[in-house]
Amino acid sequence: MAEKPKVAFYWCASCGGCEETVVDLAEGILEVVEAVDVVLWPVALDYKLKDVEAWQPGEVSVAFINGAVRLSEQEAWVKLLRAKCPLVVAFGSCAHLGGIPALANDKSRRAILANKYLHSPTVDNPQQVLPQEASRVNGYDLELPRFWDEVRTLDQVIEVDYYLPGCPPPSQSVLAAVEAILAGALPPKGSVLAPEKSLCESCPRKDSKEDRFSIAEFRRVATSIPDPQTCFLAQGYLCMGPATRSGCGERCLHGNMPCRGCFGPPPGTRDQGTKMLGMLGALGEADTPAAAAASADGLADPLGTFYRFSLAASLLNHSRCREEV
Amino acid sequence: MTEERFEPRIAAFLCRWCSYTGADLAGTSRIEYPPNVVPIRVMCSGRVDPTFVVQALAAGADGVLVAGCHPGDCHYQSGNYKTMRRYPLLANLLEQFGIERERVRLEWISAAEGDRFAAVVRDLTEKVRALGPLHWKGAPPARYRTAPADREEVHAHG
Repeated sequence: MAEKPKVAFYWCASCGGCEETVVDLAEGILEVVEAVDVVLWPVALDYKLKDVEAWQPGEVSVAFINGAVRLSEQEAWVKLLRAKCPLVVAFGSCAHLGGIPALANDKSRRAILANKYLHSPTVDNPQQVLPQEASRVNGYDLELPRFWDEVRTLDQVIEVDYYLPGCPPPSQSVLAAVEAILAGALPPKGSVLAPEKSLCESCPRKDSKEDRFSIAEFRRVATSIPDPQTCFLAQGYLCMGPATRSGCGERCLHGNMPCRGCFGPPPGTRDQGTKMLGMLGALGEADTPAAAAASADGLADPLGTFYRFSLAASLLNHSRCREEV
Repeated sequence: MTEERFEPRIAAFLCRWCSYTGADLAGTSRIEYPPNVVPIRVMCSGRVDPTFVVQALAAGADGVLVAGCHPGDCHYQSGNYKTMRRYPLLANLLEQFGIERERVRLEWISAAEGDRFAAVVRDLTEKVRALGPLHWKGAPPARYRTAPADREEVHAHG
C-alpha cells in the first residue's frame, strides 16, 4: 500500500478555535486520519522546530496554517512550512484576513505595549519593565520573538495557495477541503474554498424581508433582542451578511446573532467594510444631511463593526495617520 | 532655499448631470479656481462607492470631493440621497482611522452653479492645504504610485 499523504497543522496568532473545529469533526476525524498522516499539530502533538527542519521538501503535502502573523517566531515557522510544503492553506479568518487579532492594528505597537505592561489597572510594574528581545537573567541569555508593528494576514508574509475562511471554518468545509486535496479536485490557485454568493443568498430569514425596506435607526444586540424570524437589517441591526461570503452554515443567524463578517467579502469585493457602508446608504431613511449625520452617529464603532475580521486585509489598514494612538 | 507651498491633490467625483456640467460652466465662464482638483466624471453621486473615496486617498489624494445634484434634483431620483446617508458614516469611519473628516466633502452643485463649483474648490483646497499632506502610513500599493519624487519624501513616514 502506498504511503499516506502527510499533512501539517500550525497555529500563529489565534485563539485555538481553529484547532477546535478539527476536533469537532468528531468521528469524521477517523476518516481524515485514515486518509492522511498528521505529522505536525502543536495543540495535540509535541513537535519542535528542528523536526520540521529535517523534513524533505515535498515530504509533507499540505500545511493548514491558522492565526494571523505578528511575531518573528511565527514568521520563521510559516516561512519554513512554506519552504517544505507544496500546498499551503490559510485556515480560518485570522490567517485569511487578519481576524480579531488584527483589530490591534487600530493601535500602535508602542501603545499596546504601554497599555499591557505599564498602564493597565491590574499591572504592578514599578520598574517599568517591557519585554526585551534579548535579556540576561541569572547568567542565562534569554530570547523573545520580535513583536511586529502590525498584525499581518498569512498572505502578507508567505505565498498562500488556498483560503479556508471562517471563525472558525465549519468542520464540514474542512472535510470537504481535505477530500478535494486528496482527489486533486482543487479550484484555481488562490481560491477561497467557499461559495461565491453573499450570505443573504443562503440566509434562513431571506423571505422575511420586503423588497424595499429602510433602517430608521441602528439597534444593538447588546441593548435589545432581535426578532428571531425577521431579517436583521430590516429590524435595524447591523448584519454584515450582504458584504460577506456564504458557506458558514449560518451559525450566528441560528443563534439569533447578526452576521459579523468572518467569511470575508465575496469575490470581486476589494474591501468588505466600505462595501457594507455603501450598502447601508441605500437602506437609510434620512433625507436631510442633519438626519443622516444623526443616524450615522447611532452606529457605534464603525471600524470594529465593518472590519471586525478583515482589518489587516482592508484598504484602510495602512492609513494610520496618528503615530501615537 | 525657500520652502514651497504645499499643493494638495484633490480627487473630485462629479455627477454627470449636475456637478460636472457645473464644473464645465465654471470653465466656459472663465471663473478662476485652483488647479488642485482632478475631476472624475461619474453617472451619479450615488455611484460613488465609498471604496472609491478610500482608494483615492490610498492612491495619494490629500482630499476628496463628491458632488451631485441638489436633493430633489437627482436625475435618478434618489441617488444623491444614498450618498447623503453614506457620507457621515464614511466620515465617522475615516476619523476612527485618523483621517480628518474635513478631507472628504460632499457638496450639491447644480449645472447652473459654475461659481459655486469654483467657490467649493477654492475653499476645499485651502482647508486641505491647512491640514497638510495626508500621511498614509504605508506606501500606497505600487500600481497606485504616480507621485513625483518630492512628494515621496513628504510621505516618507515609516
